This record gives sequence, C-alpha cells and structure tokens, in this order.
Amino acid sequence: MFVTPAYAEEAAPAAAGDHAAQGETHAGTEVPAEGGHGGNTFPPFNPATFSSQLFWLVITFGLFYIFLKKVVMPRLGGILEVRSNRIAQDLDQAAKLKSEADAAVAAYEQELAEAKANANTIGQKSRDEAKAEAEAARKDVEAGLEKKLAEAEERITAIKTSAMKDVGSIAETTASAILESLVGKSDKAEVAAAVKAAR
Amino acid sequence: MAAADKVDPIHQFHINNIVPLNIGGYDVSFTNSALFMVVTVVLASGFLLLTTSGRALIPTRLQSVSEMSYEFVASMLRDSAGSHGMKFFPLVFSLFMFVLTANLLGLFPYFFTVTTHIIITFALAALVIGTVIIYGFYKHGFGFLKLFVPSGVPGILLPLVVAIEVISFLSRPISLSVRLFANMLAGHITLKVFAGFVVTLTSMGAVGIAGAVLPLIMTVAITALEVLVAFLQAYVFAVLTCMYLNDAVHPGGH
Repeated sequence: MFVTPAYAEEAAPAAAGDHAAQGETHAGTEVPAEGGHGGNTFPPFNPATFSSQLFWLVITFGLFYIFLKKVVMPRLGGILEVRSNRIAQDLDQAAKLKSEADAAVAAYEQELAEAKANANTIGQKSRDEAKAEAEAARKDVEAGLEKKLAEAEERITAIKTSAMKDVGSIAETTASAILESLVGKSDKAEVAAAVKAAR
Repeated sequence: MAAADKVDPIHQFHINNIVPLNIGGYDVSFTNSALFMVVTVVLASGFLLLTTSGRALIPTRLQSVSEMSYEFVASMLRDSAGSHGMKFFPLVFSLFMFVLTANLLGLFPYFFTVTTHIIITFALAALVIGTVIIYGFYKHGFGFLKLFVPSGVPGILLPLVVAIEVISFLSRPISLSVRLFANMLAGHITLKVFAGFVVTLTSMGAVGIAGAVLPLIMTVAITALEVLVAFLQAYVFAVLTCMYLNDAVHPGGH
C-alpha cells in the first residue's frame, strides 16, 4: 500500500481519494489498500515491493561483486603482497648483511690466528738457527783446539824423541870425560857399549 | 500522511517509487530502497577505490581502513574455511562491505535502511546457502550429503541426528536473514520511538522540554549502540557465511 500512495501522488495528486484503485493498476498486487494508512501491512512484509527490491538488489549487488572482484580486490591484494614481499626482502637483506659481517669477523679472527702462528714459527725458526749456528761455531772452535792440542803433543813427542836420541851421545861424552879425568884415558867403544847397556 | 506520520516509527520503512518501471508484468520501479542500494554500492566502491588509488607502500589512514577490512574478512574466511575457502573471498568480502555500508548508511536521519527489509536479507542469505549447496554438490557430488551424517554417532541415534542436522541446515537461511533484518528493524524502531518522544514532549511547553532531555539522552545512547549493532551484524553475517561455506568446502569435517 505504500508503493501506491507514492505513485499516486506522483501520477495524479488530485486523485488522492481513490489512489488505491489507481495504484493497483501499476503495482498490480494483492496489497489491500482499504481505508487509512498507518499500516494494515507492515512495509517489510509487503510483497508488492519484493520484485523491485530483488531486481535492484541483483543489479546493485551484482555490479558491486564484479567491481570488487575485478578492480578492488586485485588492487588491495597487490598492495598487501607488495608490502609483505618488501618486508621479506628487507629482512632477507638484513640477514645477508649480518652473515656478511659475521663472515668478515670470522675472516679477521682467522687471519689474526694465522699471523700469530706465523710469528711463532718464525721465532722458533730463528731460535733454532741461532742455536745451530752457535753449536757449529762451538764445534769449529773445539775442532781447532783439538788440532792444536794434537800438534802440540806431536811436537812434544818429536822433541822428546830427539832429546832421547841425544841422551846417548851426551852420556857417552860425559862418561868419557869422567873416565878421562878419573882414569886418564877412555875407550870410546867401551863407553858406548856401557851406555847402551845402561839404557 | 505528513503530520500524523511524524512519530510513526514504521514510516521510515516505507518504500516509495521514484521512477516507476514495469518489466514483463513485474514491478521493478526505482524506489528509495533501490536508490539507497545504489548509494551503498557507490559509496563502498568509491571508498575502496579512492583510498587505494595511491597504492602506497606505507598506507595512509584511509588506505589502512580499506586494507584492514580486506585482511579482516580474509582472516575470518581463512580461519573458518581454510585456504580452500579463499575462492569465496570476493563473495564474503562484497557481502560484508555491502551489509556494513547499508547498515551504517541507514543510521543517518531520513536515510532509508536497505537491510530493514526481510526480502533483501533473505535474498543475501539465499545467495549464501545457494552457493553452499551448488558448490557442495558440484565439488563433492553426493558426498556433500555427508554434511548431514556426522561421524562417530552410534547407529541408533543416527536417524535422529540426521533429522536434526537437516532441520538446522534448512533453518540457516531463515536465521541468517531474520537475524540481520530483525536487529536493524528493531534498532531503527527503538530509535524512532525515543526520538518521537522528544518531538512529542517538546511540543508540550516548558515542562515537556525539560522532560524531553531523558529520551534525548536515550536517543543518543541508542544511536551509539546502533553503530555497534550495524557493524556487529555485518560481522555476524560474514562470519556465519564463512562457516556455512566451510561446509561446502569440507562437508565431512565436523
């Protein structure tokens, strides 16, 4: 009934008295339009309005659905995806930078350790070399001393033998001189034999 | 119909023709209801379109609102129907946005509330249940009927349980549509009744104006409540849609 008065007003305001009859030609419903207004039919339960409401709901909601599906949602989804990708990318980059920094620290520490090890080996080596040199020098000196000692001993032996060789003639000379002064004469051969026997 | 209808709480639900139309014997006039459907759709679409036109990596406030509604519905659907249910995301999102915008729009004085008409809410509910049934049979064939046979029920109880399941399934479109319709209708009637008190009392002189303060406060409070209800009912409608769609996607999984 509330479709009808509105229509009636629009179409023929003068015919307000029999608007019910007028409206029915258009609305074509079973809505009873008797008497006054105020509601023999509660508007939401008025079937006369159902067809037009459904018709426009299908059109408006259908267009809304298509519009959201084709335009709005791809755009929103795209925005959100780009953002999450960007965040993931930034996190990845941060992780990459962190691992690079860690690698640099590790490399630095390794180099440090290597340098320490090198220093140790160099020190050890120079110590060993110095020790070996000292040892060699000591050996040289010892060998020289040994040689000199041997030479000296040789010379002593030579002197000793030559001295021993002279002992006989000296003893013969001495003995013959003693004999000459004691006896007045001396036999050279006898003295030599006696000296030889005494030795 | 002017003077007496001022405090008639039902007046706001009347549907008036703006452009009379008739196609094939059916009345498809462009009415105030149709006008507000168009406004709802244009407003919601325009908001979603304009706020996201920047495609900013760091969103503006309004873009955040659009993104939040998108993610809100997306997580709602994913939580209830799983990732297989995401193919219904456009449906749930447009239902949620449509109902929410229509509900909120209806709170403006002199505005028509599309969702206070049972035929609209029933059509939306029928769309949901129709989608569930058609997709359920399309995807699972007769396996979709497992929906009515919960696993782990003893044989004796089975007929009873199946009967209950069938009845509860059949009542879904009714409960889904009536819940939204009744909430919006009742809220608007209450609001109108209290606002009507204000009008009636103030016309009664000084004492009346003093007495009108109370219903005015009530009107303000109920308006705040109605904003909450407008959002809540859109949310409830969307959540139930998600749960029903879950039945279409996983009919066996109770």
